[in-house]
Amino acid sequence: MADRVQTQTAGADWTRRAIVYGLLIAFALYYLMPLFVMVVTSLKSLDEIRSGNLLALPARVTLEAWGKAWASACTGVQCDGLKGNFWNSVRFVVPAVVISTLVGSFNGYVLTMWRFRGSDALFTMLLVGCFIPFQVVLLPMAQTLGILGIANSTTGLVFVHVVYGLAFTTLFFRNFYVTVPADLTRAARIDGAGFFTIFWRIILPLSPPIIVVCVIWQFTQIWNDFLFGVVFSSGQQQPITVALNNLVNTSTGVKEYNVDMAAAIIAGLPTLFVYIVAGKYFMRGLTAGAVKG
Amino acid sequence: MADLSIRNVIKRYGSVEVLKGIDIEVKDGEFLILVGPSGCGKSTLLNMIAGLDTISSGEIAIGRRIVNDLSPKDRDIAMVFQSYALYPNMSVRNNISFGLKIRKVAKEKQDEIVTRVAKTLQMEHLLDRMPSQLSGGQRQRVAMGRALARDPALFLFDEPLSNLDAKLRVEMRTEIKLLHERLKATIVYVTHDQIEAMTLGDRIAVMKDGVVRQLASPQEVYDNPADLFVAGFIGSPSMNFIRCPVVEQAGRLGVQLKEGSETFAFPAPAPLQEPLRARLGQEVIMGIRPEQITDKTAFSGDNPNVLNRVAKVEVVQPTGPDTLILIHLNDVPVTCRVHPEASARPGLPLALMFDLSKLVFFDPTTEKRIA
Repeated sequence: MADRVQTQTAGADWTRRAIVYGLLIAFALYYLMPLFVMVVTSLKSLDEIRSGNLLALPARVTLEAWGKAWASACTGVQCDGLKGNFWNSVRFVVPAVVISTLVGSFNGYVLTMWRFRGSDALFTMLLVGCFIPFQVVLLPMAQTLGILGIANSTTGLVFVHVVYGLAFTTLFFRNFYVTVPADLTRAARIDGAGFFTIFWRIILPLSPPIIVVCVIWQFTQIWNDFLFGVVFSSGQQQPITVALNNLVNTSTGVKEYNVDMAAAIIAGLPTLFVYIVAGKYFMRGLTAGAVKG
Repeated sequence: MADLSIRNVIKRYGSVEVLKGIDIEVKDGEFLILVGPSGCGKSTLLNMIAGLDTISSGEIAIGRRIVNDLSPKDRDIAMVFQSYALYPNMSVRNNISFGLKIRKVAKEKQDEIVTRVAKTLQMEHLLDRMPSQLSGGQRQRVAMGRALARDPALFLFDEPLSNLDAKLRVEMRTEIKLLHERLKATIVYVTHDQIEAMTLGDRIAVMKDGVVRQLASPQEVYDNPADLFVAGFIGSPSMNFIRCPVVEQAGRLGVQLKEGSETFAFPAPAPLQEPLRARLGQEVIMGIRPEQITDKTAFSGDNPNVLNRVAKVEVVQPTGPDTLILIHLNDVPVTCRVHPEASARPGLPLALMFDLSKLVFFDPTTEKRIA
């Protein structure tokens, strides 16, 4: 009797598993298909692309398209490839990420450990800032950059991204520091530590999980941004996202699909790299509490 | 070491008065306990002594120096927190010496202090561990070590044993008591546990709703509670309260009680006769502690203050050293403590001895003790 039940459940189990796996594999294929096509196309020569099938593997692998995308493709009037723009992006993304993370952590620290009259109202306003769409900010930001004299420069772009990212970074750090027991600050005050000492010696060393989260988030947001890049920079200073758009839209006769694909992958590689390296720390950091017991 | 003066201290949050005028004088080397239920203001008062909270009005003086406007680090105090508040990113050694480092104490002196403190608390083998590698009791010791290293005039403890399990709590309690005896330090200790209050303190301040209800030695608070709240708060199982009228029987004043269908009177002891005379015919609340109601074997000889009665047992609860019996007097459940071998059975009558020498009486309206 027991055996019969066992096989029945095993049978039902098997069908269930088959369905789940089937669905998962189908979705995985669906998601990976575009990437597959991109990689495969970027490794083919133009003749092969024209005559061949979208999903077919390259008969002859060539890195010609990659070389062209990097160094000689035309983005608008210039024909220097993406390498200049790649370094442009790096030049403003790194300071923007660092500054917005530091300021965000400082904000989070003040909002949780040194509450003052109106600190909760201030936090609510910052929270609302997370939901403001990019587009709403464009005009006032353009005016501000003009007033500050940093319009149309890398500094200006860094400023824009820092300001826009502050809402998120403050939120991350504030939510993390809320889990730090208030007694820790009190004990430090009794020990004689002041405002900055407590931040530097006690709070920051506790923060690596959330710093990683913040850096990954900000890097992804800022590197992949198109709107601020296209509005607040021009010509040689443009970030890689804008340059990519220009590259794909520039046609001098033949549309070079393999170069376009290679360029797109180049533009996306840094964020992919960050996720591969630090992805698991992202999840861990989001769910981490600061101090136990 | 120094004394502590709390003079008419009031704390207001907006229009709400959380502390309504506290007056406490703590002598040099004294162990003062602040005890009371949640929300009574004891932690607020401790924070104000430490300088972590501002004082709305009144004065606090440590060692004759008024400290109202001094920051915590200038008050020469050290505090041990309920959550230990150890710095998680520093080793035990660095946790203890953090305060010394901030105050720029010389490195050799720092090491000397850390070694001395570690020896006192028997944690030399823990010095290089991180807080996350310590058990609760060890963390508590490190927290105390951090306080000891400061060598302050005043030690403040904020419910330090509340996060420990029962057995560890008892052990640490003894350690704290020994430490106090060795160091002769002035200590203010906040707890909600009345057993900690009774066993540790030189004097106990029982607080409720922002007011000190009684400030006296443990035995005094136990035997002569100032009001109904203090009487019910101190002692476990708590004192029995029975509402009864004052009557006169055979020339002696006492109270009338009913058990089952019988009515009888408990005569009050001699010192209480006068105060009760004014209340003849009125209702009072009588307080009698469970250990004053025992089985017949407990007392011997003729004691005018001992009364024998038989009562019906409702519930039997063995605790090991004694057995708690529930009876009903005046339809109020009354807990009694009898010897485990007194063979009490629920539903059956049991001969009990009432020790009336320690009776206390409270006014039903003001809840203050009248006698």
